[in-house]
Amino acid sequence: MLLIHCPYCEEDRPELEFHGEGEAHIERPSNMAELSNEDFEKFFFIRENQKGIVFERWRHLHGCGRFFNAVRHSVSDKFIATYKAGEKKPKLKKAEIDRVAPPAKNTPANEPVWTVGKEDGDRS
Amino acid sequence: MTTPKTNTGANRVAGKGRLSPSRTVSFTFDGKRLNAIEGDTLASALLANGIHLAGRSFKYHRPRGILAAGAEEPNALIEISRDNARRQPNVRATVQEVFDGMIAKSQNRFPSLEFDVGAVNDGLGRFFPAGFYYKTFMWPQKAWDKLYEPVIRNAAGLGEAPTEADPDHYANRYEHCEVLVIGGGPAGLAAALTAAQSGKRVMLVDENAEFGGSLLADAESTIDNQPASQWADAAYRTLSSLENVTLLNRTTAFGYYSQNMVTLVQRVTEHMARPDPDLPRERLWQVRAQQVILATGSIERHLVFPDNDRPGIMMASAAQVYLNRYGVIPGSNVAVYTACDSAWQAAFDLKEAGVNIPVIIDLREGVDAALLERATKLGIKVKTGHAVTGTSGRLRVRSIKIEPVNGTGAHEIAVDCLLMSGGWTPSVHLFSQSRGRVAFDEKTGAFLPDIYMDECESIGACNGTFDLGELLVEAQAAAVNAVASCGVKLRKPKAPKVENAPSMSGFHIGAAKGAGPDDFTKAFIDFQNDVTAKDIRLAVREGFHSIEHVKRYTTTGMATDQGKMSNMHGLAIAADTLGKSIPEVGLTTFRAPFTPVTFGALIGHARGELFDVTRRTPMHGWAEENGAVFEDVGNWKRAWYYPQTGEDMAAAVARECKTTREIAGIFDASTLGKIEVVGPDAVKFMNMMYTNPWDKLAVGRCRYGIMCREDGFIYDDGVVARLAEDRFHVTTTTGGAPRVLNMMEDYLQTEFPDWKVWLTSTSEQWAVIAVNGPKAREIIEPLVEGIDLANEAKPHMSVSHGKICGVETRLMRISFTGETGFEINVPADYGRSVWEAIWERGSKLGMCAYGTETMHVLRAEKGYIIVGQDTDGTVSPKDAGVAWAVGKKKTDFVGIKGMQRPDLIGPNRRELVGLKTLDPKVVLEEGAQIVDNPNHPVPMPMIGHVTSSYWSENLGHSIALALVENGHGRTGEKIFIPMPDETIAAEICSPIFFDPEGGRING
Repeated sequence: MLLIHCPYCEEDRPELEFHGEGEAHIERPSNMAELSNEDFEKFFFIRENQKGIVFERWRHLHGCGRFFNAVRHSVSDKFIATYKAGEKKPKLKKAEIDRVAPPAKNTPANEPVWTVGKEDGDRS
Repeated sequence: MTTPKTNTGANRVAGKGRLSPSRTVSFTFDGKRLNAIEGDTLASALLANGIHLAGRSFKYHRPRGILAAGAEEPNALIEISRDNARRQPNVRATVQEVFDGMIAKSQNRFPSLEFDVGAVNDGLGRFFPAGFYYKTFMWPQKAWDKLYEPVIRNAAGLGEAPTEADPDHYANRYEHCEVLVIGGGPAGLAAALTAAQSGKRVMLVDENAEFGGSLLADAESTIDNQPASQWADAAYRTLSSLENVTLLNRTTAFGYYSQNMVTLVQRVTEHMARPDPDLPRERLWQVRAQQVILATGSIERHLVFPDNDRPGIMMASAAQVYLNRYGVIPGSNVAVYTACDSAWQAAFDLKEAGVNIPVIIDLREGVDAALLERATKLGIKVKTGHAVTGTSGRLRVRSIKIEPVNGTGAHEIAVDCLLMSGGWTPSVHLFSQSRGRVAFDEKTGAFLPDIYMDECESIGACNGTFDLGELLVEAQAAAVNAVASCGVKLRKPKAPKVENAPSMSGFHIGAAKGAGPDDFTKAFIDFQNDVTAKDIRLAVREGFHSIEHVKRYTTTGMATDQGKMSNMHGLAIAADTLGKSIPEVGLTTFRAPFTPVTFGALIGHARGELFDVTRRTPMHGWAEENGAVFEDVGNWKRAWYYPQTGEDMAAAVARECKTTREIAGIFDASTLGKIEVVGPDAVKFMNMMYTNPWDKLAVGRCRYGIMCREDGFIYDDGVVARLAEDRFHVTTTTGGAPRVLNMMEDYLQTEFPDWKVWLTSTSEQWAVIAVNGPKAREIIEPLVEGIDLANEAKPHMSVSHGKICGVETRLMRISFTGETGFEINVPADYGRSVWEAIWERGSKLGMCAYGTETMHVLRAEKGYIIVGQDTDGTVSPKDAGVAWAVGKKKTDFVGIKGMQRPDLIGPNRRELVGLKTLDPKVVLEEGAQIVDNPNHPVPMPMIGHVTSSYWSENLGHSIALALVENGHGRTGEKIFIPMPDETIAAEICSPIFFDPEGGRING
């Protein structure tokens, strides 16, 4: 269970109090009615879903009720920062990313052979 | 209290062990009454009574004995019970403490443990290769359902679950600490002692009854001039006296989750004969620790040789535990087979306790001179560079076959017990669960913690540090580091003085001599799942090259012990067959739980009444008293129908439907979601969230609103009342209230944060009483103050503020039945009394109370949709026939673009229509698929499905709503609903079956 820092409550609270709300920094176009089908597709369907650093939305549902944004590494699950809705996407420093990154792919011994050199594999 | 003369087993050695022989208890094993000493595990008690045979193996039903002395035990799985309901299968005999009156039963055997018909599988072993099920039960496919699966399921599985409900209760607790030390062996005790000096909150947990770990079975080492076990006892006493230390024994840390959240299960009453009924049986702890110190120790590996699974063959360290902790010897003529120095100490301990040790066989040529010297001194014969290549004995090992590792010439030795050791496997389970990465250490032949991902540190044997002196220093240093990161600087503590510590070096991984590569012997690597060395080789030969695939195909390491003893052997044999090194093949992934955890512990109090929240409306009690049958709608209990004497559901619903249309009906609509939308920008916000235009809705008027998502599909609907220029009373579907409020909050907070709007959930503030029918007005009129209910003053779709029965009300004239209808909102606390007052008047005039089923029928007669039943997240307002609710002149709202997408405006949409079956008595099944041509070969193209279907007593025929391709243009056409036993023909019609002109609603 993650510990999440709510930028409104200014406290670390357990994940149980929060609800994930998908990718952050997707602004609703103000000219929605005139949007081309291609632009609507980009706005509504296309998501980064990165393996690595992700910018995501959370809601402190069982707390203050506020929506806010977070930067997290999707493999290590570690947060770099959380910040209020509406604030600019933070520029990340290399040291911040390194701090949350999991060990490089070929360093460990317990990486199954058949995933070495490949992007991913089912490790279930 | 029994007399000290009670016989607690012939294999007890006077003066040995930590138990008090005078404190005896009695228990039964397979019906036989036996005595034990308080503190015995079931395993030590059985061994004391000369019983090795404890169960039958999973696949071959081979007789199996007690192999280990701890949580890793794969063989001795026993059913333990206090009474019928308190009966737990698959309990490891090595973990379960004996209590007075305990009933223990062996498993997986029929008719008895000594004679088991399932053992025929053992003789057929050649026909049960790896992947046996996959290969054998391929065809005919039809036999799966009726034959193969039931038979396999019946034969598979271990133990029998009780059929009674669990009468015990379980507790759950959250805890926070600065330092959590997992494992109370020498390293854990030393770390906790040091960390405790910081004054920070320290927790020390251990799965055993006593703290001390390996020290309790160590007869020779001394720490600071005290015998090891006494040092452990002293450390425990010190820690118990400290207020900042929480000590949890009989507690297993079974899961390690993100950011140092560790789950523990504490067995509170499992060892007690007559537990206080107020005590929970087990307690689940969820601990968030700033720093975790892993002192989880290591597990001794067995050796892989032919027939290495006979009862009487056990781990060397286990024998040491039984002797030094419980005063029990495993046999009288005990050989030792090892590749590790530590087993020599077991031989010495037993010899000194008077047991005959005919031989120590060591796979290694070169063995430490000190060990050889001591063996000679004790008169023990030694065979270095030798292997055990076979054993005999059906229910207990009788003899062993010894051969030189490099050479031939076997000879047999009679034994009644064989101890073995292939060295030690560090328990990196929790470290690995913390997402740490391990690396293979050639020197110790072990995977050791390498890269840490969480705030934890491994110490002692689980870190590859086996030397007692070294690991105590390592533990102290780790504790100093841990408290330092919590802000306390401690001086480096003095290193304890350690003498006579045992040597732990030497190991063997994989098949030993006699176990292949080409043979048909059964040299077990996984005892619990009956996997042999040859199964692994076969899997590799058949093309399974990933260790994860080998594991699944052979099922090695997949039993309840998760391969604690077997994984390294399986890995080494796979690596050998693949011609790769061990680190190249890699370990399989460790997952929680470390040992099996009961469902009870995980569930805690969340069962029965407390499983989930039950929501009841203010009028619930009245409905109960008046015989309502309830249905679950989300968490709500809703009155479904009100049967009168002699009525079944159909009769009750038919009566309620007719009475409501002919006279009146009263309905509890309190579960409707209600959101108050308030503020200067409220109307702007409503325009954005709903497809309808709201600017021109006058104060005091209501409108049916539709909410879409950006994709243009219907998300929710409900009637919205405008109470003031800047105030809307929004209703949502019963189940939709939370998600609608969440979506509104989302837009308001993140897209339109400058808009001045406040959202408040008022679902539970208002009780809602719906009165519908021709006499509705007449019934409520005398009770209402300050509102003119006349048709002109209070038309359909209006809202007024006033009083009813002296209580403030928001009185809406709206209808979900097509009749004249009023929805009376009163503060929840007054709901029941207002309801009763209306009932008092209405029932005299013939009014009935109706439930949700009648509500459904009446609304379907009018073609009113229910979001989630007639829509499914792929239905647009146009599809549902409510395009009139979409503001044509609006320039923006949620879904405005989505509903213009090519697919949503293109042809072949599934559209909501009415269906009339050609046989008016036939009621269609909701969810049934619809086709155009029932004679089309299977698979038939499906053109839609039935969404709602009822018998309409008012119309005298069945009615249905359905989504049908291009349905709006197909009125009058015939379609078909193929069912398993017949094909039903129906005609497409308007979804409005009753009063299509809508005159009644305005009456």
